[in-house]
Amino acid sequence: MPEKTDVWQGTLALMVLKTLDTLGPLHGYGIARRIEQTSGNLLSLNYGTLYPALLKLEQEGSISSEWGSSENNRKAKFYKLTRAGRKQLEREAQNWEQTTAILARFLSPSGGAA
Amino acid sequence: MKTLRAWFLRIGGLFSKAGRESDLSDEIESHLQLHIDDNLRAGMSPDLARRNALLKLGGIEPLKEACRDRRSVPFIQNLLRDVRFALRQLQKNPGFTATAILMLALGMCASIAIFAFVDAALLKPLPYRDPARLLGVFESTPTDRQTSDLSYPDYLDWKKLNSAFSSLDAYQHSAFGLSTSSGAEKASGARVTDGFFRTLGVTPVIGRDFHPGEDLPGAPRTALLSYATWQQRYGSKPDVLGKTVTLNGEPTVIIGVLHREFHFPPAEPAEFWTALHAASECDLRRSCHFLYSVGRLKEGVSMQAALADLQSIASRLEKLYPGSNRDQGANVMPLSEVIVGNIRPILLVLLSGAVLLLIIAAVNVASLLLVRSESRRREIAVRHALGASTARLLSQFVAEGLVLVAAGSALGVAAASVVMKLLVKLIPADALASMSYLAHIGWNMRMWIFAGLLALLASVLFSLTPAVHLSRSEIQPGLTEGSRSSTGNAWRHLGSKLIVIELATAMVLLVGAGLLGKSLYHLLRVEVGFAADRLLMLQVAAPRSSYANGAQAAAFVRRVLDRIAGLPGVQSVGLTTDIPVSHWGDTTWFRVVGRPWHGEHNDTPERDVSPGYFTTIGAKLLRGRYFLEKEDASKPRVAIV
Repeated sequence: MPEKTDVWQGTLALMVLKTLDTLGPLHGYGIARRIEQTSGNLLSLNYGTLYPALLKLEQEGSISSEWGSSENNRKAKFYKLTRAGRKQLEREAQNWEQTTAILARFLSPSGGAA
Repeated sequence: MKTLRAWFLRIGGLFSKAGRESDLSDEIESHLQLHIDDNLRAGMSPDLARRNALLKLGGIEPLKEACRDRRSVPFIQNLLRDVRFALRQLQKNPGFTATAILMLALGMCASIAIFAFVDAALLKPLPYRDPARLLGVFESTPTDRQTSDLSYPDYLDWKKLNSAFSSLDAYQHSAFGLSTSSGAEKASGARVTDGFFRTLGVTPVIGRDFHPGEDLPGAPRTALLSYATWQQRYGSKPDVLGKTVTLNGEPTVIIGVLHREFHFPPAEPAEFWTALHAASECDLRRSCHFLYSVGRLKEGVSMQAALADLQSIASRLEKLYPGSNRDQGANVMPLSEVIVGNIRPILLVLLSGAVLLLIIAAVNVASLLLVRSESRRREIAVRHALGASTARLLSQFVAEGLVLVAAGSALGVAAASVVMKLLVKLIPADALASMSYLAHIGWNMRMWIFAGLLALLASVLFSLTPAVHLSRSEIQPGLTEGSRSSTGNAWRHLGSKLIVIELATAMVLLVGAGLLGKSLYHLLRVEVGFAADRLLMLQVAAPRSSYANGAQAAAFVRRVLDRIAGLPGVQSVGLTTDIPVSHWGDTTWFRVVGRPWHGEHNDTPERDVSPGYFTTIGAKLLRGRYFLEKEDASKPRVAIV
């Protein structure tokens, strides 16, 4: 079964990590909503795609999960950033910034000549 | 690192499932609830709220499927399912299963067991340092061009004059009279020159090697023990070093024990390895040949160069000593050739036989599988029609083949381990002692690789045969009941080929076995010129120190013969230096009286026998008479041709 392209997978993982970093422990639904809101609703996220990504991150040890109850007393599985996950976030955020900076310079009107 | 951890978890996921599955359902349920709550708060109707939440999530089943695949390894999961299915299928057909597995096990067992011998004799490197540069060095004479032995003076000259070897040493297999508390006992042994073990590049496991010069007559006598002797005679005690044993009446100090893996079949069986001490009349005579030699080639010197070097030395010696060295050249061959040269063809024939047997077994099992796939044609067609992909259908056959091969190999490997040991026991103890490389036969890396390769080939064959067969023939016709004719054709096609292969291999094996049997029959009936039944052989050795001159020896021989002749049940007794139909390379030169001599050199095998010898072995006398009792050293020498 072919997975989604690496870029998309990678970006989604990065968004999840960043969300957990900012908001602390959160359930899948919360993460999905947060990503949607932060993107200013520009990103139409199929919530279903989130769960395999969460599973992968958990298997890789970047996040851990635990059942708890939500603010309105619903049972929900909460995800939390681990120490390894925090490091991964730092690293990938830096990578991402670099990539976008390079691309931005490339695409700027002067064509990178400056 | 991260991916590795993930893979571990996924592989772990193959085995535990139930808990995670419900966990996932719970999580999805809770996700939906949270979303519905939100939607309700936003003012949607309960119905709409639920529909919106479901829509936003996407399909639940694909989601679960994706998580499931993520959680474990789908390929392996499918394979496991196939294997389980294959096991059930095979269980339903115990007759087929047992036959297939047994055939396979038999073929594997034979091949592996024989390969163990091939490995021990031909593949395993000799237990010496840099064995490729070791050469067996021989004299070449008109009667034995390849492997004639040297005399001590010749050896010394070769050692001194050659420029091809960094070291050249010599050995002689011999037997010692070992004096023990319960009387004299025969012990096998070898006499070697001082640098023998250094040339081979082996060091004793305890104690020391011979010092240079320790093999000279003046030096105190010393000996090294073989590991087995150290264990059996001395209980593996380290205080054996420095002990004195009496060998051939000479006190000899034990100075070391050789390694357990050490073997040197040309000089074995050997319990005691003594330094040479060439002192006897024969040792010092240039025409008394008893030594074989082994040399280590210098860096960059080829075998041909070494041979040429030795041959030039031999021809120089021939000119210097025409009385003893006429027609005596030199020959060299790789030491491995000396050690396993005569067993190589036998082993290779056996191995090919075993492999042919395995081929027959494999072809048999393959045709059984083919027949089975034929009978399952309908089932396969139905599954295909229901949407099973070709890959999944094929993997079914692969799984079945794997299960069969796994069971067959396991059984074959187990049987081979037993058969190997049994086969070694079949070799007579004497013969085994001179093939000591077979002593430590057992499993090693090369054998596992060989077994693995066999198993791999078998699995490929077994999974491909039905698969190829199925993909070749149309699957659709299988659905219809009246498809007998087309399937019959396909079967005839492949099946007939298999039968041809099988018949051909069986034929080769049969003919080979028949020829071997015929040779054996001829060998048993060969006319040797004497009556071999009711003959017993006895070897007698006496220390040279007690019977130094000819008269003493002759008296001893007479006493022995008289005592034996006096034993109840003994009809007659004779004595010979070489037993019938074999010779130790004892030769003599002769010229025919009354015929002109043109300088030709007649070298012929010879043996010294007692007067009773010919009557004892029941030889037919064509003309003339046998030796008489009274013909001793005082009478003219006589001979029988």
